[in-house]
Amino acid sequence: MTPRMYEVVARRDDLPDTVTLTLAPVDEQCPTPAIGQFNMLWAFGIGEAPISLAGFENGHLIHTIRRVGAVTNSLAASTTGDQIGVRGPYGTGWDLTRAAGRDVLVVAGGLGLAPVRPIITELFANRSSYGRAVLLVGARTPDALLYRDELEQWRGRLDIEVEVTVDSATPSWRGDVGVVTRLVERAPIDPENTTAFVCGPEVMMRFAAVSVVDRGVPAAEVMLSLERNMHCAIGHCGHCQLGPEFICKDGPVVPWPRVKPLLRVAER
Amino acid sequence: MKSISDLLGEHPFFEGLPPEALELISGCGTNVHFDADATIISEDEPADVFYVLRSGRVALEVATPRRGPLVIETVGPGEILGVSWLLPPYRWTFDGRATISTSAVALDAACLRQKCDQDPVLGYEMYKRFAALVRDRLQATRLQLVDFYGNNAS
Amino acid sequence: MEGLNTVGLVEVLTLDGLDDVVRVLRDQGRKVIGPIVRDGVITHDEFDSVSELPHGWTEDQDGGRYRLVPTGTDEVFGFSSPSTSWKRYLYPERTLLIRARRDNGTVEVVQPQPDAPAVAFFGIRSCDLVALGILDRVFLDREATDPTYAARRSDVFIVAAACNRPGKTCFCASMDTGPTPRSGFDLSVRELHGDGRHEFLVEAGSERGTELLATIASRRATTADLDTAQALHGRAAASMGRRMDPQDPPLAALDPDHPRWDDVANRCLACGNCTMVCPTCFCNATEDSTNLTGTEAERWRVWDSCFSIDFSHLHGGSVRSTVKSRYRQWLLHKLVTWHDQFDVSGCVGCGRCITWCPVGIDLTAEITALATPQQSAGRKGVPS
Repeated sequence: MTPRMYEVVARRDDLPDTVTLTLAPVDEQCPTPAIGQFNMLWAFGIGEAPISLAGFENGHLIHTIRRVGAVTNSLAASTTGDQIGVRGPYGTGWDLTRAAGRDVLVVAGGLGLAPVRPIITELFANRSSYGRAVLLVGARTPDALLYRDELEQWRGRLDIEVEVTVDSATPSWRGDVGVVTRLVERAPIDPENTTAFVCGPEVMMRFAAVSVVDRGVPAAEVMLSLERNMHCAIGHCGHCQLGPEFICKDGPVVPWPRVKPLLRVAER
Repeated sequence: MKSISDLLGEHPFFEGLPPEALELISGCGTNVHFDADATIISEDEPADVFYVLRSGRVALEVATPRRGPLVIETVGPGEILGVSWLLPPYRWTFDGRATISTSAVALDAACLRQKCDQDPVLGYEMYKRFAALVRDRLQATRLQLVDFYGNNAS
Repeated sequence: MEGLNTVGLVEVLTLDGLDDVVRVLRDQGRKVIGPIVRDGVITHDEFDSVSELPHGWTEDQDGGRYRLVPTGTDEVFGFSSPSTSWKRYLYPERTLLIRARRDNGTVEVVQPQPDAPAVAFFGIRSCDLVALGILDRVFLDREATDPTYAARRSDVFIVAAACNRPGKTCFCASMDTGPTPRSGFDLSVRELHGDGRHEFLVEAGSERGTELLATIASRRATTADLDTAQALHGRAAASMGRRMDPQDPPLAALDPDHPRWDDVANRCLACGNCTMVCPTCFCNATEDSTNLTGTEAERWRVWDSCFSIDFSHLHGGSVRSTVKSRYRQWLLHKLVTWHDQFDVSGCVGCGRCITWCPVGIDLTAEITALATPQQSAGRKGVPS
């Protein structure tokens, strides 16, 4: 439960409320994270927040942070040279081994693009290990698209299909308008031979998972990354429970069939 | 060059339709092309045709006084543009504009309605397919209403 | 004989002998913590001699009710489950996690050594002893061991005490967790009282328990003593005020639309008392603070309750914003998902959540009502 200190070595403003920080260890570094794991980032005197890894490069942690509360506001206000505490990595990751030799369908909505970014990095690093690669991205508006430069760069590649849709736009947007689930219907995949990784707001993931399964992808091959309140990240604080699951250690990445009935319960 | 009936047969909307039916429907069709930014349909004008999209992308837009035109939805290859021709008063609700170069088969609405009236089996089949399309669009629209990515949604 | 570890020493002590046990434990440098009367309840605290224990007191406990009542005897352990559980001695209400200092942008973090005084738990009930075993599964998890809990737990000397007078809210017999301690103790005491007799049958459950017991003036237990203890056990087990099926509750309880959830939500105040008095509830929150100049910071872990609205907060709101959803979370966690997580029920039948609920909600009644499938009004409509 003791954070290790990291220094902000780079900061990029992605969106008005979202920044990406690159962190280097001040002293001892945390163990190497697996794709899809998260860290507890600590803002001195303010608190901790669970933040997925958007990348791990040369020992540097890359975290994309959206300002939604006191802790994330403080973290997002960090500038180069500031120190941030890190505990982790925690939780289950995206299991890319199960996707070996199969088509890979990644569906990301909003900030959900950050936790799936390491999947794209892995696909490019070991491109021949996988079949077709499709990335479907949804956002509220074109202005709210995360990693726009990178998306355009990926879109220019011949070894991945990148489709982007927004919920609403002005005519200057030449791309698709409509919910991200509509992209699933026409994704160029061999459904039975596809593993899908889905990340985004929970309602979006639920509907996206249904669309993916409707397309013919086996339900057990659909993985979601869930979000819950977390204080400890080691199964001691109880906050992240979803039915029998501790999302901090049994998740955040979970197979769709395991959580489908739990997510359907209306907590009214 | 492919016949209209061949083009319709390749389109997902008409998948599984018997050749005779395709032949019958294609009698109402013509090949059309639109350059980028061309207006294809306009709000409140007669819905006397609908489009079986083969390539390109069409944005459904609504004009707003302060924010200018807003894109509500886009339709693309393998999809259908226009459902207002099905039922009276046969008028378009939105503007439809090609965002990129777009090819389609245009089907004459009056012609097709007449064929459906004459052949209720074909008519029922067509209406079932349009009902599914309208359901899918309605559900997608409802999901847009949920506003997944809004600050107060989760 | 119920719970008797025939390997260990079994002796019969007088009240003075029992006091010697306390004295030896204190001589070992331990704080001896046991049941004492304070502020109109039986609670736990450090004590020096058995004369400070609740001689002649029992409790009248029921839904939302707790009163001390004289037994009219000189029994030492004539009560059932004290107002507080023992978890706070291993898992304190507040624990300092880290202390940090920031100087010119450089942050130095210090993890304090766990504060783990040598203690003895004297007179812990079987239900509460089983509860410690359940907390062990949470905090001594091999993947993530809590240093404070581990340090405090490792050396606790446990003197358990069987219950002779279960209360109206007790149901350990049906949960198979009492009333007589079975394992996990160094010494286990059964008070043999009545017919002018006042002795203590003491059984050793560990090597150090045997060693300690051997130093106390006592006599060997006879078959008659064991028979008396067994009879007391039988009588206690048969006089539980409540009962509950320890197995997984029936599937009907999992129906989130079961009308009983609305019914209990209308009564529940979401005060969180049940979670505070529960011997197994372990949820906590972390709190950060700084000094006024912002150079020193601390992180504390404090007990938290799933009944608080902030408990499940995510940006944009709470996952469980209604009392109904929070009560359901608590009850289903305690009785159902705890099995999935820790291979055991989260309930030991101590009855505290019933006693200390300001409106007397009784989980044994709730789960019984929930076990009966009911057509929820919204599902298929009501035939008219």
